[in-house]
Order: sequence, then C-alpha cells, then structure tokens
Amino acid sequence: MGGYAPYVWSTFGITLVVLVINVITAKRRLRSVREQLKLRVARDARRRSKE
Amino acid sequence: MYLPNWMHKLASPPHFFRISGWLAPWLLWPAVALIALGFYAGLVLAPADYQQGDGFRIIYVHVPSAYLSTLIYGLMAAAAAVGLIWRMKLAYAVAAAAAPIGAWFTFLALVTGAIWGKPMWGTFWEWDPRLTSELILLFLYLGFMSLRTSFEEPTKGDRAAGLLAVVGVVNLPIIHYSVIWWSSIHQGPTIKKLDAPSITWEMAWPLLTLILGFTLFFAGLLLQRVQAEVLERERNARWVTEIMRPGIEGG
Repeated sequence: MGGYAPYVWSTFGITLVVLVINVITAKRRLRSVREQLKLRVARDARRRSKE
Repeated sequence: MYLPNWMHKLASPPHFFRISGWLAPWLLWPAVALIALGFYAGLVLAPADYQQGDGFRIIYVHVPSAYLSTLIYGLMAAAAAVGLIWRMKLAYAVAAAAAPIGAWFTFLALVTGAIWGKPMWGTFWEWDPRLTSELILLFLYLGFMSLRTSFEEPTKGDRAAGLLAVVGVVNLPIIHYSVIWWSSIHQGPTIKKLDAPSITWEMAWPLLTLILGFTLFFAGLLLQRVQAEVLERERNARWVTEIMRPGIEGG
C-alpha cells in the first residue's frame, strides 16, 4: 500500500463497521416494535376475555 | 390534488408494509454482493494512482458515502414536503426512517474524508467550504432527529422536523457547488460526466459498483426502518392488531 496502508485500511474498516451497525440497528428496531405490539395485543385480548 | 390510483394504493400503510417486507431482502442481498465485489476491486484490482499512489483507494468508500449523504437528505426533505403538503402519514414515516441512515453516511463521508486529508493535505480538518457544508449536513440530520422526538404529540414533531428538513435543502447546492464557487482544498468532481470521467475505467468501475451497492443497501435499510415506523404509527389500526395476534408469524 506504499505507506498509505493505515489510512486505507482504517477507512475501509470504519465503513464496514458503520454498514454492519446500520443493519443491526434497523433489524433490532423492527423486532422491538413488533414485540411491543404483540405484547399490547395479547394484553388487550386478555383484558377483553376477563370482562 | 390528483394522484394516480397506484400511488394511492402504495401510500396506504398496510399495502406499503407488505410490499416493503417482501422487497427489502431483494435489495439488501444484491447490495452486500456488490459492496463485497467493490471492496475487493477497489483494494486489489484497481491500479494505484500516479499522484496519490494507493492512498487514492479511499475514494471507494468516501465518494459513495458522500453521495448518499446528500441523496438521502434530498429524499428525506422531499418526503417531509409531501407530508406537509398532503398530510400523508406514510411520507412522514419515510422521512423519519431516512434520517438516521443519512446521518450515518454523512458521518462516514466526514471521517473517511478526514483520514484521506491527513496524508494528502497534511491535515485532518480545515474550515473549508466543502468540509464545513458537509458538517452542517450532519447537524441538519441530528437536528431533524431530535426535533422530531421532542414533542409530546408525534404529529407536531413530524411537522416541525419536516419544516427544518425542507429549509435545510438550501445546504445541498452549497455542498455540491462549494468546490466550484470558492477556492477549496477539496478536489473537484471525479465522475461528473459519465462520457468523460477524469479517471480510467479500471479505476471507475469499482467506484460505480460501490455507488450502486451503497444505494441498494440504503434502499433496503430504509424499507426495514419504514416498516418499524409504520407499525408504530399505525399501532391502533385494525390491520396491525390483526397481524400482531399471538400465533400469527411474520406480519
């Protein structure tokens, strides 16, 4: 890499890390919204069956 | 205001939710393949630059990130404008979903640019027009995100942040033309006209591959994030409670 190795590798490395972070956060957000809604719907169903 | 029928249908949250859930993996997997190919080609196959040596390879992560940082902002502001004008809920969801991804790519453009600047310009940072306007872009994204969530009533947050996004569009031409209007330490565009780019094809094709890969990657992530936004915003709608009933997978 002709003396540029630390610069080149660090930029590619940081880019890869940021891309992975984006995949994880998007997936995690969708999953957490889904879980919250499932809990809410189940709770409402229980409450309705008690009445 | 007249809108064609397919647009009405696409703008209906349950319809969009179903389509985006199906489409996201078809965007993300090709994106991963293109990015892997682009990384390999950019690091190994492309020849070293006659002036910058191997240091020029940073272009392969810097330019796609910088390009996306402005593209995503334009899309976010357009979505916010549609939300403000037509009161379209889905448009606000798109703007809200785009903001964090745009902020990440702006961060990447700034960081990779700084690391590139050190060996080429002798400094990580300079208060140069191009660099400063890109930093303002990051602040616009962060401002949008915090303004949107700082209201008790979510619709108010959507509107206030949407207005900020639309006003912030003035920054886009400033970023784009900054290297032409002012004397900047930043170099001019590399691929301005596709018929006469200022780099050879051996160097250009990995860059084009990565630009396409990053764009597909963003599109796939956006759809996933819009799904989360739509579910949260429509949580009282019948179609949401329907698919969230216990025992029903997917949704």
